[in-house]
Amino acid sequence: MKIINLIRLAIKALQRNKLRALLTMLGIIIGVASVITMMSIGEGSKQSINASLASMGSNMITIMPYSNEPGGARMMGSSLKTLTSKDIDALKAGAVDIAEISPLVNSSGQSINGANNWPTSIQGVSPEYLDIRKLVVQDGIIFSDQDVRSSAKVCLLGKTVVDNLFPNGDDPIGKIIRFGKIPFQVIGTLVPKGTSNFGQDQDDIIIAPYTTVQKRITSSIYFNQVYASATSEDASDAAVAEINTILRASHRLREGQDNDFQVRTQAELMTMMNSTSSMMTALLTAVASISLVIGGIGIMNIMYVSVTERTREIGLRMSIGARGIDILLQFLIEAVMISITGGIIGVLLGITAAIVVPSMLNWPTVISEFSIVISFLVCAITGIFFGYYPALKASKLDPIEALRYE
Amino acid sequence: MIVNKILEIHDVKREFVMGDQIVRALKGVSFDVNAGEFLTIMGSSGSGKTTLLNMLGCLDKPTEGIYMLDNVNIKDLSRDELARLRNTKIGFVFQAYNLLPRTTALENVELPLMYNPAIGAKERKDRAIAALEAVKLGDRFDHTPNQLSGGQQQRVAIARALVNEPVMILADEATGNLDTRTSYEIMSLMQDLNQNGKTIVFVTHEPDIAAFSSRTVMLKDGRVVKDTQNTKRRSASEALAGLPVSDDY
Repeated sequence: MKIINLIRLAIKALQRNKLRALLTMLGIIIGVASVITMMSIGEGSKQSINASLASMGSNMITIMPYSNEPGGARMMGSSLKTLTSKDIDALKAGAVDIAEISPLVNSSGQSINGANNWPTSIQGVSPEYLDIRKLVVQDGIIFSDQDVRSSAKVCLLGKTVVDNLFPNGDDPIGKIIRFGKIPFQVIGTLVPKGTSNFGQDQDDIIIAPYTTVQKRITSSIYFNQVYASATSEDASDAAVAEINTILRASHRLREGQDNDFQVRTQAELMTMMNSTSSMMTALLTAVASISLVIGGIGIMNIMYVSVTERTREIGLRMSIGARGIDILLQFLIEAVMISITGGIIGVLLGITAAIVVPSMLNWPTVISEFSIVISFLVCAITGIFFGYYPALKASKLDPIEALRYE
Repeated sequence: MIVNKILEIHDVKREFVMGDQIVRALKGVSFDVNAGEFLTIMGSSGSGKTTLLNMLGCLDKPTEGIYMLDNVNIKDLSRDELARLRNTKIGFVFQAYNLLPRTTALENVELPLMYNPAIGAKERKDRAIAALEAVKLGDRFDHTPNQLSGGQQQRVAIARALVNEPVMILADEATGNLDTRTSYEIMSLMQDLNQNGKTIVFVTHEPDIAAFSSRTVMLKDGRVVKDTQNTKRRSASEALAGLPVSDDY
């Protein structure tokens, strides 16, 4: 029989048992829809992590104090005291793969403007910090190197701080605010960056020269962190190696002695975050694939029932000239039609879910063509694999017995 | 006149192995059927009638002996070649009609041609229409089997057997499920087909039905016990006319 006639025959057979066909498809539908939804959620979160890490500066390098001394009380990295301006000078002088460098001294406290106040944190940095962190001045200017040398009491405000200290919409530029007891003149505001991937409000900051923060607020010569940027993303690894060498020399660490600092690149962070989300995607997809297999077994089951039910029909077809291959194809195509129809419905459902999920759960999703092609192929293969044995059984029937089957 | 032999059966034996016993269903059957004959094969149950029918229909092969259908020896053919032979040379008519349910009369009649790749969609439909008109069902193309009476269903089945222009129509108790009047109608149709040159082999156990044929082969215990030309052949249409008009209709 011609393939086109076999396809018509299969459609007719499925139309005859609409509910049964739909229930049989259900496993495949759920499987395909969940594979596509899971993969688009995974892909979406991966892309949003990458985008937000890139917005923080993709060639950013972070240096933190670190202690791995065995015994004794271990302390939080940021409270350790190993990084000083001597290190900055050494790095500036020695590292060729570093484009810019800035220390960071931070402290939290209350910011006050007249009757309004707001708990926030102040970050003492050098002007290069804005470049490294991809922060942009919206209004006003950034403080100068001169301001750093003279420990000028000037600052820039993030949007959250502006909104809370100037609720009436006054222009903050030129105004004097206080951080704790120290007055600062506002010389600029920052372009909002929104919430970070870790749920942190990136606009809830005050930026001031690090010398000012060190002298007036923390009263310490140490830095909490040092931020640097490699000359390019590819130079990150070389820059890390340089930083290690220079800082070990600067800290007079002997051979075999552990580093008292820690260097992290953005690329590392990206890999780490991505591996987590890839693993989640793989796990969810594995679970969804199981439902595809269960769907396939459902098809096999119903095809066996169908073959038994239609034994007489098979006998008749054989007696009027159907060959084994005709019967085999008839049932195989029916099984593949079930799985592919289920696949199509599943793909549509999956795409719908991928579109609806972001608006309901606020998870970003990206539908990948790859996941659609793959799940469709898997469907067709499932249909052939699980439909083959029932179809083979049908084609091997003895026409004499099949005709007399009650 | 050269007589064209449709069937040549020579010393055909068929044995079945049931556990450790050998059942001999046919113990050496020989007869020929010429083109244009209307043969009935009679016999009580257990006489080997069904086994012989399966063999004639190319659904089964003899254990021993020669069966030639239209000059082709069945013995050498594969399963697929047998299917092809059934498709082009034999038209089956069954006791239980065996029409596909929920499928229109026209589609049921088209079915054998579906398995013949040489015939296109247009020719298939034309031939199915012609076959249905030949069995006087020209107005029932779109009726499904459950919308047809038993006699009408059997006529659809006969149309299905005719559509591939077979060398022989093979009927298995084709009137067994029908009342006398409808049986006579079917036999009348068979006689008309025979008149137009179709070779018919009709398996039955009713002597009444056998009287309409031109020749009767009697089987008993797997052997032919009687092979007679029917000299006093009855006309089914006359028999039909002679039936009292029943109140059932």
